[in-house]
Amino acid sequence: MGDYVLLAISCILVNNILLAQYLGCCPFLGTSKKMETAIGMGMAVIFVLVMAGAITWLLEAYLLKPFGLEYLRTIAFIIVIASLVQFVEMFLRKSIPALYKGLGIFLPLITTNCAVMGVCLININEEYTFVQSLVTSFSYATGFGLALVLFAGVRERVLLARVPKPLQDTSIGLVVAGMLALAFFAFKGMA
Amino acid sequence: MAKSITQEFVKGLWDEIPPFRLVLGLCPTLAVTKSVENGLGMGVAVIFVLVCSNMLVSLLRNIIPSKVRIACFIVIIATFVIVVELLMQAYTYPLFLKLGIFIPLIVVNCIVLGRAEAFAYKNGIVRSIVDGFGIGTGFTISLVALGALREVFGSGTFLEIPVFGPSFQPFTFMVEAPGAFVCLGLMLCMMNIAGNK
Repeated sequence: MGDYVLLAISCILVNNILLAQYLGCCPFLGTSKKMETAIGMGMAVIFVLVMAGAITWLLEAYLLKPFGLEYLRTIAFIIVIASLVQFVEMFLRKSIPALYKGLGIFLPLITTNCAVMGVCLININEEYTFVQSLVTSFSYATGFGLALVLFAGVRERVLLARVPKPLQDTSIGLVVAGMLALAFFAFKGMA
Repeated sequence: MAKSITQEFVKGLWDEIPPFRLVLGLCPTLAVTKSVENGLGMGVAVIFVLVCSNMLVSLLRNIIPSKVRIACFIVIIATFVIVVELLMQAYTYPLFLKLGIFIPLIVVNCIVLGRAEAFAYKNGIVRSIVDGFGIGTGFTISLVALGALREVFGSGTFLEIPVFGPSFQPFTFMVEAPGAFVCLGLMLCMMNIAGNK
């Protein structure tokens, strides 16, 4: 049990998917302008990532490995993720239309969110067991959500500040992300 | 008004240079630019995938139904990514190990999908190939520039050749994650200053 807690902490804070492993930057910059969309995006990623982590692990263990089809991994994983995203999209459109509108273009873009695909590949590369994969998927996604919400909070304040013209928008966003990454960097000392 | 073939190529080098003008494909940009060599390797892999996928999407654009086009694009892109992956594993193994999971992750690089959707699906085959090549080259230039900046200051080397002499204390911040973000942000700022003149 203790192992799982350690694994979770390491995935959420020390190896934060966004700020230490650079995965999922596009939605990070795109959906972090407002707190609401940031929370929505975080939730969507947690949901999709846990399911994708479980399904891709099973796929690898029971289909790709026994038949020696590892070279098809990329294509198999992306198809699983794409169909999952489609499912989440339909679900949100039916049940929470306001959130669906807020997320706009970024919901289909979860398909091309490297964080989802990246975590699935990390799980396979590190040879985690099924339960470990579930724990890492959930914690990586939580770490993503955490960073996204923190960043959205900072960014809402930056909107009120007077930023030099060439630095505006994405540019200042990246610099702020760098500062946030510096804060998370300190967790490396814990490991 | 239709642009000439040369214009299609040149626009990828400045007007629409990724990841600065099109803010897409940031993840590999940040992750692989610890050194010039990594950036170059990644860039070439992306050019290959981009040109091939643009070509195939453009060829099949009248056959692919518009409702399932995204899924079709992804399958096409994934196929070429696997080709690159196997080729790199065979011929440039050390680089393959360094880039790690970022090679399969080309499949979720928004630039490739973005060009398929925004350009190749609507244009002829020659134009699409040129567009893919132009955007890919622009991406490679950005990666190499960022890689050079970070490698020179972060490790004091260029293509693993020391440039500052032994007394230089490497500015490690640049090769770590926070440096990547700040560096890219400042480069974007430079681009804005240069572009506004």
